[in-house]
Amino acid sequence: MHGWTGTILHIDLTAGTHTFERPSPSLYETWLGGKGLAGYYLSPDVTRRWDAPEMPLILMTGPLVGTASPTSGRCCVMSRSPLTGTIGDTSVGGTLGNQLKRAGLDGIIVRGAGTRMCGVEIVDDTVVVVDAEDLRGTDTETCAARLNGKGATALIGPAAENGVRYASIMVDSGHAAGRNGLGLVFAAKNLKYMTVKGTGKVHVLDPDGLKQAREDVFRQIAASPVLLGELGIAQYGTGALYDLMDSRRMMPTANFRETVFDRARVANAAAYKERYAPKRTGCNGCHILCKKVTAEGTHLPEFETMSHFSALLGNDDIDIVTQANALCNRMGMDTISAAVTLACHAELTGDSISGSRILSLLEDIGQARGLGVELGRGSQRYAESQGEPELAMAVKGQELPAYDPRGAYGMALAYATSTRGGCHLRAYPISHEILRKPVATDRFSFAGKARIVKIAEDANAVVDSLTACKFVFFASSLEEFAKAYSAVTGVPSTAQDLLRIGERICYHERIMNARNGFSATDDDLPKRFFAEGGSSGNAIDIKPVDRDAFLNARTNYYAVRGLDTNGRPLPAKAGELGLELHAETD
Amino acid sequence: MQKLIDKYAAKMVEAGLAEPGAPVVGGLDAELRWNRDAPECAELARLFEHLNINSLVYAEPAEPYRSIIDYLAAQDDHVQPNDSETRTFMHDLPVIDDFSAASMAAELKRHKSVIIRNRGIVTWGTVSPEQAFVFFSSACFACFVKFFSDYLYAAKQGTLTAKQTRLFESVADQLYPLPETPPTLMRGPFTNETDVYNAVIEAGRKTVEYRLVDSFFGNVSYLHDNTLYISQTGSSLDELEGCVDPCVLDGSSCAGITASSELTAHREIVLGTGRQAILHGHPKFSVTLSMYCDKYGCDRRDRCHTRCADYRAIDDVPIVPGEVGTGPHGLCHTLPPAMEGNRGVIVYGHGLFTTGQDDFNEAFSSLLSIERLCRQRYFELVGG
Repeated sequence: MHGWTGTILHIDLTAGTHTFERPSPSLYETWLGGKGLAGYYLSPDVTRRWDAPEMPLILMTGPLVGTASPTSGRCCVMSRSPLTGTIGDTSVGGTLGNQLKRAGLDGIIVRGAGTRMCGVEIVDDTVVVVDAEDLRGTDTETCAARLNGKGATALIGPAAENGVRYASIMVDSGHAAGRNGLGLVFAAKNLKYMTVKGTGKVHVLDPDGLKQAREDVFRQIAASPVLLGELGIAQYGTGALYDLMDSRRMMPTANFRETVFDRARVANAAAYKERYAPKRTGCNGCHILCKKVTAEGTHLPEFETMSHFSALLGNDDIDIVTQANALCNRMGMDTISAAVTLACHAELTGDSISGSRILSLLEDIGQARGLGVELGRGSQRYAESQGEPELAMAVKGQELPAYDPRGAYGMALAYATSTRGGCHLRAYPISHEILRKPVATDRFSFAGKARIVKIAEDANAVVDSLTACKFVFFASSLEEFAKAYSAVTGVPSTAQDLLRIGERICYHERIMNARNGFSATDDDLPKRFFAEGGSSGNAIDIKPVDRDAFLNARTNYYAVRGLDTNGRPLPAKAGELGLELHAETD
Repeated sequence: MQKLIDKYAAKMVEAGLAEPGAPVVGGLDAELRWNRDAPECAELARLFEHLNINSLVYAEPAEPYRSIIDYLAAQDDHVQPNDSETRTFMHDLPVIDDFSAASMAAELKRHKSVIIRNRGIVTWGTVSPEQAFVFFSSACFACFVKFFSDYLYAAKQGTLTAKQTRLFESVADQLYPLPETPPTLMRGPFTNETDVYNAVIEAGRKTVEYRLVDSFFGNVSYLHDNTLYISQTGSSLDELEGCVDPCVLDGSSCAGITASSELTAHREIVLGTGRQAILHGHPKFSVTLSMYCDKYGCDRRDRCHTRCADYRAIDDVPIVPGEVGTGPHGLCHTLPPAMEGNRGVIVYGHGLFTTGQDDFNEAFSSLLSIERLCRQRYFELVGG
């Protein structure tokens, strides 16, 4: 095969065995890889509890990984989310995807559970399950240091071992598979870490065709102010968005009660640049290099983390933000969910949480001490337990990222319809509502947004299946990546062909969620956004989202997506996409 | 959606891209809507079944685009322009004969536009009819530049065909007449933000009115109080209200991340020349003539846009290589030094940049006079 290696590794931790599967080419062409193929393997078991031994934990790469295709070095991690109960997935960078491909693997599917804490070590086609009891309780940095030289690492920290619902998986130390709490699935299997080292190479059918597609993409990236512009993310990291969100008056502040942070100027990306003089770094095979590290090697926070550990909590000390980010990474927990849960607690109790209090609470969460046990359950469970469920700023139980939906209505709809709960990346309407790509749309209108969100969800499902980085699509499009895909694999394809696959992947996720009881009730936003306005000013009026307009847009989305009025899949549409509905869905 | 559909149908006419009553613009959310009930709507509606899109534009282009596109489409199944915008975003323009959804979709799956011989152009968008409008406009611009560029080369090499010459004479008569005089714009220097915004908005609107920019792109900036006020990326120069980013030059804010992709070039120009106003348009003959070079044996022949090392100029106006943005071959490296001491600079196959000391009057006047000069020189070259 070209692009794909043609091999998927199955590991049974209960039995301590492994097998290699060689799927048919048609399976790859149907699901691409990454998120699409992972969903295919998750589906038979998706109604199990997330901590059932039979529940698969899936790491899957795509056909472009390990090739010269731009920004295509990522890996998808998927299982059922312990945080939301939906399908759970997260795309992660670093070297994991590349090492998998070089080891001759498109993906790994782990089932069962060890009786003791264990690790999985892979070197090409050699797979060893080793005892890792001595690593129990270690933080991610300590654990990674102990695994030095074993290739790419994917591992968990104390947060997962202590049951934090938003526990993450850390890849190569600096890259977090953060969302949906999938670190907890590692812990449920008594799996502390995986290492992967490969020496092979990925075969490309048409290197000249790939080179042409690559040059087209590079030209577009160079023309993108958001990516390579002097104020863009190559220079400042994703934190470059910080000032923009504030100036558009949609920066979540004080647990989303306000949308402007009056001290944003001292906590923006420029402040980090001045304070830390960071170096640029990034994922394998990427020249944008959006990640920033200090001279001492400390990873600086991404935009979401910058925003939520400052504005959302009323903290203007960027050293504290940096330390909070590092602490979450060491503990192995998602920064977005952690910060929103702290903000929920602050509003609920009236306490001010800033400075060292942020750090001590994060430590308590990771170590499951005192109040940290409750906060480690996530904002929704915590707020419900306190009798104030409406104070959790979450969708389907997952905490919302740093874009206030009252400032971008496409984002409001996309938060609601996301199959993994509160997520900005499923449709990323910020691209057109704020960043003006491919063209600007009216951010305060739902007009046309249902279909825009649906198409973007399909496109991003493709990106997560190829598996590439979404940032490049601020500049480029599936038109260029279809050429790369065809050049690599030899499968004739167009942007529209890929979008059709993306549609199948998204619909499949809706089917899996429906089997677990999800419906329109869950495709909704916290009440705050319909009842309270944001921080208006500078001729920008941040009104409450009109409930009727939102519901109308959601109804339109269901129609465009081919769902029933309750947001559940329909047999005819499923059949059209080559999918089956199961008894639970019917 | 209906408002957007109607808006871009009207803009097609205002921009001279289509005759009144010609554009068909469709938009789909939960329901498909059109700007008018045209006979083509039924077939075009089927495109939405083939393609994951939310909008499309179809029209027979207005003259002279119609004749030019008909001519180019008769030559090949793909029109391959070489201007910057096409190279970067459109790649090439496929041509088909059949106005059927299946045939059109087969090409639109791979391309942003399709030319149907002797019928018109269809383009699409995934987020807004504006996208389809921009692709349509870009296709017309690219074909115009290609036709006049090809004609010049053929004229100089003695390979003109009778058909080519007949068409040239016909479309030359239909060219939009350049206004004799520039408009009177707000007088600078501007000492407060409100005046700066108004001046930038006015300059942008007039550049479009005078048809000195196509696809409504280009960009405008003004330096005031260590802040460069610059049009946003992808903004229409005739609608800059709310689309101007204040970019502080002390590096203390990234709020201008949505600024034009040419922010770096603009900044270097104002810092290097001491001039406060910059205007950038895509006037057709400046672009066309910048692509003419008679060094046929040059080993950089196919890479003029990035590799040309020769000093080239049209009279006193230099031509420099450079791609959009800040990449290794970005125009931010070539344009700013060339601007020093010159009233304007043309970037190969892309467009024209001009400056003004403290308002846009001189910049606009230069934009207009250089385009007039290029048009004049073009016809002299063709005639000679």
